[in-house]
Amino acid sequence: MTEQTTALAPTPSHTVGPFYGYALPFPDGGEIAPVGHPDTITLHGYVYDGAGEPIPDALLEFWQADPSGSLAGKPGSLRRDPVTGGFYGRNGVDFTGFGRVPTDADGHYAVRTLPPGGAPYISVCVFARGLLHHLFTRAYLAEPAGDTLLSGLEPARRETLLARAEADKHRTYRFDIHLQGDKETVFLAFD
Amino acid sequence: MALTQADIDREVSELQDAYDKALAGGAPAAHHPPRDYAPYRSSTLRHPKQPLVAVHGDPETVELSGPAFGHTDVTALDNDLTKQHHGEPLGERITVSGRVLDGRGRPVRGQLVEIWQANASGRYAHQRDDHPAPLDPNFTGVGRVLTGDDGSYTFTTIKPGAYPWRNHTNAWRPAHIHFSLFGDAFTQRLVTQMYFPNDPLFPYDPILRSVTDEPARQRLIATYDHDLSQPEFSLGYRWDIVLDGPSATWIEEGR
Ligand SMILES: [Fe+3]
Repeated sequence: MTEQTTALAPTPSHTVGPFYGYALPFPDGGEIAPVGHPDTITLHGYVYDGAGEPIPDALLEFWQADPSGSLAGKPGSLRRDPVTGGFYGRNGVDFTGFGRVPTDADGHYAVRTLPPGGAPYISVCVFARGLLHHLFTRAYLAEPAGDTLLSGLEPARRETLLARAEADKHRTYRFDIHLQGDKETVFLAFD
Repeated sequence: MALTQADIDREVSELQDAYDKALAGGAPAAHHPPRDYAPYRSSTLRHPKQPLVAVHGDPETVELSGPAFGHTDVTALDNDLTKQHHGEPLGERITVSGRVLDGRGRPVRGQLVEIWQANASGRYAHQRDDHPAPLDPNFTGVGRVLTGDDGSYTFTTIKPGAYPWRNHTNAWRPAHIHFSLFGDAFTQRLVTQMYFPNDPLFPYDPILRSVTDEPARQRLIATYDHDLSQPEFSLGYRWDIVLDGPSATWIEEGR
């Protein structure tokens, strides 16, 4: 097949709607770290709307480098069972770099993963009913020197991208997402 | 007080006129809906008011790569939504097929395509769908498949029904199938909806109308394809999907 090089106009985005919940989430969607890995961290928080109300029907996706910095990823995030047609869950060994979790009735989410090698951030993609086009942001686990994105932001805006280690919890980082309002999260465009 | 269809229609046409005027004045075409689109009520408090912050093509950018999927992530029957239960689902059996391409027309290979949809009566197999239409014990409405080397995908399913929702009084969604797509880069991620040709509900639906660019809106509508119809079995609909956003291969080629 010959490959074209002319630009094609993209298919428009649409909202994920309210009823993705029986289709997109899968067991162990937030368990990105291999089972029992000693370096496992928990990243968690709430997703809020412009009135400061938690959003109980958001869907978050996470993509990141593995601890060596590789961005090759691995299959097996949503391993399927050919016998029952259901899900097996992850194999507990491979690090796929991908996670997907819906927010719960409190608007809360949590993923367990390993700190990425290379740039210390986890890419986050936000979907929700009412959101016609998904949004990208980043959860930075540390503030790296010379990061052009962070250094270009006002302090208050920069703050929204920094996941905060919680002193009273083991290897746990808090990262809230505000779709709108005073604490509105910085969302990203890629070109 | 609940809004009427006439209230929504007025807002939709004002926003359409403003877009058409801007386009005629030389503004670039908007391929995606604006996140701030008042006729879709739920968007009001769920869109950012600050502009997006641009991240320029640094090859180290994590989002220029993306998750990998493989044959462990799907089973052979996942793309046949009519075979997931003991009996046959009710409704009009359809074959939906097309190709997933990147913005340069190159096939997106081996990537995950997920779909979900209402049954023939317009009811989702979801606890919170309280539309009083019958559930179908033989239809869940969830499918997934990996694209082939030519970017192609195929699903066997049934044509979903239209359904009411609470955006305004007498709000009905045209029949649609929800699609979720991955490209080679996370930046190419897409969640969207496929519509069926000539649906009389198109003009009334603020979600479809949120795509104010007419050619872009047409790209959401599948084409009836008689060659894809299968004798004594199903009607064929073709729908190609083009992913937006840069990927690492674009950067390497010095885009
Ligand atoms: Fe729907």
